[in-house]
Amino acid sequence: MADYDIIVIGSGPGGYIAAIRAAQLGFRTAIVEREHLAGICSNWGCIPTKALLRSAEILHYGQHAKDYGLTLEGSFKADLDAIVKRSRGIATRMNNGVQFLMKKNKVDVIWGEAKLTKPGTITVAPTKKPAMQPQTPPPKNAKGEGTYTADHIIVATGARPRALPGIEPDGKLIWTYFESMVPAKMPKSLLVMGSGAIGIEFASFYRTMGVEVTVVEVLPQVVPVEDAEIGAFARKAFEKQGMKIITSAKVTKVEKGADSVTAHIEDEKGGKQTITADRMISAVGVVGNIENLGLEALGVKTDRGCIVIDDLCRTNVKGVYAIGDVAGPPMLAHKAEHEAVICVEAIKGLHPHPMDKLMIPGCTYCHPQIASVGLTEAKAKAAGHEIKVGRFNFVANGKAVALGGDSGLAKTIFDAKTGKLLGAHLVGPEVTELIQGFVVAMNLETTEEELMHTIFPHPTLSEVMKESVLDAYGKVLNA
Amino acid sequence: MPTNILMPALSPTMEKGNLAKWLKKEGDTIKSGDIIAEIETDKATMEVEAVDEGVLAKIVVPEGTADVAVNEVIGVIAGEGEDAKSISAPAAGGAAPAKAEAPKAEAPAAAAAPAPAAAAPTATPASAGGSRAFASPLARRIAKDAGLDLNAIKGSGPHGRIVEKDVEAAKKGGGAKAASAAAAAPSAPKPAAAPLASGPSDEQVKKLFEPGSYEEVPHDGMRKTIARRLTEAKQTVPHFYVTVDCELDALLKLRGELNAAAPEKDGKPAYKLSVNDMVIKALALALRAVPDANVSWTDNTMLKHKHADVGVAVSIPGGLITPIIRDACHKSLSQISNEMKDMAARAKARKLKPEEYQGGTTAVSNLGMFGVKDFAAIVNPPHATILAVGAGEQRVIVKGGQPAVATVMSVTLSTDHRAVDGALGAELLAAFKGYIEKPMAMLV
Repeated sequence: MADYDIIVIGSGPGGYIAAIRAAQLGFRTAIVEREHLAGICSNWGCIPTKALLRSAEILHYGQHAKDYGLTLEGSFKADLDAIVKRSRGIATRMNNGVQFLMKKNKVDVIWGEAKLTKPGTITVAPTKKPAMQPQTPPPKNAKGEGTYTADHIIVATGARPRALPGIEPDGKLIWTYFESMVPAKMPKSLLVMGSGAIGIEFASFYRTMGVEVTVVEVLPQVVPVEDAEIGAFARKAFEKQGMKIITSAKVTKVEKGADSVTAHIEDEKGGKQTITADRMISAVGVVGNIENLGLEALGVKTDRGCIVIDDLCRTNVKGVYAIGDVAGPPMLAHKAEHEAVICVEAIKGLHPHPMDKLMIPGCTYCHPQIASVGLTEAKAKAAGHEIKVGRFNFVANGKAVALGGDSGLAKTIFDAKTGKLLGAHLVGPEVTELIQGFVVAMNLETTEEELMHTIFPHPTLSEVMKESVLDAYGKVLNA
Repeated sequence: MPTNILMPALSPTMEKGNLAKWLKKEGDTIKSGDIIAEIETDKATMEVEAVDEGVLAKIVVPEGTADVAVNEVIGVIAGEGEDAKSISAPAAGGAAPAKAEAPKAEAPAAAAAPAPAAAAPTATPASAGGSRAFASPLARRIAKDAGLDLNAIKGSGPHGRIVEKDVEAAKKGGGAKAASAAAAAPSAPKPAAAPLASGPSDEQVKKLFEPGSYEEVPHDGMRKTIARRLTEAKQTVPHFYVTVDCELDALLKLRGELNAAAPEKDGKPAYKLSVNDMVIKALALALRAVPDANVSWTDNTMLKHKHADVGVAVSIPGGLITPIIRDACHKSLSQISNEMKDMAARAKARKLKPEEYQGGTTAVSNLGMFGVKDFAAIVNPPHATILAVGAGEQRVIVKGGQPAVATVMSVTLSTDHRAVDGALGAELLAAFKGYIEKPMAMLV
């Protein structure tokens, strides 16, 4: 008999959820981790950055205390060390939380780097990758190197920052998200290459902290996966905050100085400029961790740096599965978690419903926040839909005005023939908490009618969602 | 508070029926359990029992009305102490379930007794047997726009919920048209079935004949059901035929002996076995001996039946119906014989209950009494087989190299080849032949 029923490689949001679900379903389960329980998300991604952004947000409120009728006396300023310390503390708490969950669910933790040697067998060797510091230590009762067998092996090794040739991050002048999260001192100026979720969140954080920020994006809009109108709205807001944004342009070369970088930037029309900044963040996407896992020897199919899976997360090799970032885009924690459950339940024979990638929401925690689900207007048209589009601006929402005059836009896209909600796109205060209403609606296949029948509480920001739906059908009330 | 009498659903798939007869008049006193009306569907006539007590205050739908929708108000009972005369037909609202628009004021009579066709009881396509289809709002809307019946669509969402893609698949498949669910079909059309070919239009056919050279008789419900079900069966079931001759002399001899030995009951023999009764039993026993042939095909699975339920085609005026002898291998010949007589009589009177003619795992169709030598029958899903029985007649056969005379009956088994392959069908038929030619085995 194999040592385990299921071994999960990688303990990020995909891996640890897979392990918990497997244990719940009665599988003898182990999880292999080489660096940090709970993965990038909790240690160096989603969670610690939200901690940093929260500090920045409160700093912003403090600086605008007068707008709320408040006077701050004495000194009110950012303490960078304390902000970073708080962020790390929160990461540690998440890490310990997963450690607790593994213990509670009787999942064995194996510490080291795993390699598939044949179907059903892995070897675990000591970790070669130097861990990013500060680092939460491995759990005391973790198993170590050796050979382990399991009937099912789930690869959940995640992703890492993509590096552009010639502009490789060095950790000193050119940062990835790792270094960006733990600055020893605030740079005076910062160049952010790439305006996806990671790039724009750091741009937003550093700008609010008072850093001169320039964002360079190769595509014509910032946050390129979002609806063009939302991207344009966000760009205006960023520029108003003093961010410099260059789109349709790429960094061709970087010259490193003693304590600065000079980037050569070329736009699509051939226009050239150089920008010198203290530090640069490379945020040009992430790539799957498919190396040194023994995948090639086993014949596991990969495509463009990711493992190829079917809709139940099975690879082409029996007994080998992949979930999360390593199994392809969108590389989001909640997608990984959902795949984890689908994968394990399918192994159990429970007939889970395959993932519909159009139903995966996306959230970006810049200021203002951006959240969306489904098709953008352009994609809906490209897919051949005749559409109805509704828009509602936050300036006409009482709660938004009371919160402090925040601006924002809610946009909904319906199929004109069937009333199917094809996409919802939000930019504005707390929209990352609002989008789920539309995600539920889409999953239940509501039409505009059910959304119009739904009562949204007053006064809430959520009222913009309903007004946007009403607007798509010419029934808007507060505009 | 007056109570409405609603058009009942006689089967889960019934959408409408004919109000054949009122057995009570306006003003009659009604007790709970009284038979108040007769309802006719394509295959059966059913009695409507009163659930409430009172006085039949109003007959809303007159007898002889065709195509009354299920749950439509057909009459009103006034409660104790209520003035029956003052009660008029249910207006919009009131106790009637969500009537659509009140009848327009075309004529005063219309308001007093709305025409039966006016106003289906509910606006949503929910009913067919009163069960609500579990579907997403989007699926509902697309089905409505496409004229599809949700009850005929299989849901693939959580808990079998019908979602957009199920309806889209049904749309592409061309199945599940709302109208096709009207009959008491035991199996719903499959959503993904290949589109069925349709014959020439009415006009095309009529053009081939001189006007006035024919009389046009509208189809009744049974004719429509036969046409639809058999067209569907012949187009969707790949038929395969196996024929065998059975010597009948031993069976005829046994039958004579058994009938002669029948005890008297009320001055009549307690049973009189027919050859067909013995064919039913032999087929049931053969299915027990070859259980792989006792199956029903579904798109995803094979239903392997634990009982052999044998349908028997009964010709009745205007068509035919197939009552079912349940679990026939565990019934004695006399039980089968008496049950068959009772059901055949009730079939002719159109008084069979839907559960008496729906389902079954195989069927027997016997045209021997018309002198037919052999023929092939159409499989009637969910059956996987049907046995066509010809006449028992004296033929010259070869026995031990010598010509001999024997009573021989030719039978042809039609099989649904998706479920019963040729060799399996032959095996079933061989087992059947064994029981017919050595009939004593049927008695043990």
